[in-house]
Amino acid sequence: MKATKMTTAALLSAVVFASLSSTPAHAHRAWILPQVTVVAGDEPMVSLEAAISNDIFVADYRPFNAQSLLAYDHAGQPIDLENVHSGRFRTLADLPLTTPGTYRVVSASAGLNARWVEADGTRGGFPGRGQGFDDDALMDAIPEHADNVQISQVSRRIETFITHGAPRFDVIEPTGRGLEMRYVTHPNDLFSGETAYFQLLIDGEPAAHTNVTLIKDGMRYRNQQQDLTITSNSNGELQIPFAEPGMYWLEARYEDEQAQPPATKRSGSYVVTLEVLPE
Amino acid sequence: MLSDNLTALSTLRGAFIFASLIGLSVPVSASTAPAISIEIPRLQVAEYHRPYIAVWLSDASQQRIADIAVWYDVAMARDEGSKWLPDLRQWWRRSGRSLTLPVDGVSGATRPVGTHHIDMPQHILDQLEPGDYIVHIEAAREVGGREHLQLKFSVNTQGAFKINHSTLQGEHELGRVTLSL
Repeated sequence: MKATKMTTAALLSAVVFASLSSTPAHAHRAWILPQVTVVAGDEPMVSLEAAISNDIFVADYRPFNAQSLLAYDHAGQPIDLENVHSGRFRTLADLPLTTPGTYRVVSASAGLNARWVEADGTRGGFPGRGQGFDDDALMDAIPEHADNVQISQVSRRIETFITHGAPRFDVIEPTGRGLEMRYVTHPNDLFSGETAYFQLLIDGEPAAHTNVTLIKDGMRYRNQQQDLTITSNSNGELQIPFAEPGMYWLEARYEDEQAQPPATKRSGSYVVTLEVLPE
Repeated sequence: MLSDNLTALSTLRGAFIFASLIGLSVPVSASTAPAISIEIPRLQVAEYHRPYIAVWLSDASQQRIADIAVWYDVAMARDEGSKWLPDLRQWWRRSGRSLTLPVDGVSGATRPVGTHHIDMPQHILDQLEPGDYIVHIEAAREVGGREHLQLKFSVNTQGAFKINHSTLQGEHELGRVTLSL
């Protein structure tokens, strides 16, 4: 298995924001940020914001596509986000946590992507910009005389977790599709001075030797990004020492050639927002 | 530090009690059990709310054994006062988040400025094996801060208590907290 560092520009154009990729090669980052991740009381509600930006958690570029945001309750059942609104820079929503347990807010997709060169030398691709995956239509979409056809199996997942009462693991188990995280340490049980244990998975199997980038909030108020790169071991496992409390943006990118035919490449991106509380 | 001196004193006192207990073969009774006192300081702030306070017992490796007291806005409608309990972050993690509140004998109303005494419940003391223990006192105040202090005692093989860390002076949300026999 081979882990590759894709450039930001390559990842953006190929996978994550196909509809937004006619942009300079700035580090556009997607995130879903809850105001708090640990709540209690009578039917608490948590405010979320979601955006694509350069600066972590400062909405300075585009709002997150509100239609792609999904919420799942303590039992893993889909629930509606309330008061969803997209402004010029960010999307806002409220998550009701009616029953105790762990809730997930996520935007995820996975499917096949084709790139080719037309007979006249222009480049073609499927799905088109801003279009969702449609694996059944993929082969028909590739012109007969297309050259340099490359089919990739791609996945993207951007998520965060919020817990009402005691954290639960059962509803945050990986789905087995795309690049995902298995939480050995619960994502809503993170404290400064402690080491968290996670496992990166690609299609349910360990994503070995994969780089993960960790950036703490407050980037605007320091002169360096202070990003931390951590590499998963041969079993996809990560040990993350959270030195300071705060909101963290974690991103993993993965690529190999172990795709299912007709794809020849497999890639995935995973982003999660994690809150670390003071000890 | 002051607390270090007091610790040394209390060790002597503990040793004395320990010796007398052996001599008399007296079983542990409530009168020789650790009691806790907690000072809630007067704060000069524009908007004052009484702090939420949790007191609990853990073993030396921070594993919670039992809750001793949780003071919060118990009387609010629909238990709305429990919304802020996660601000007692360590207690919330070690205990609160798994409880159905309020808990009889543990939950109580917030306390005013002053020094408050709590006896450690006998039913908790009865279950203690010989070893080292920590009494945790955590306070969090609305539009204020948070503070977590830890006092230490041990139980010997005869079941006698010894205070190893008898007093601490809080700096923010708590005043002096003490553990005494």
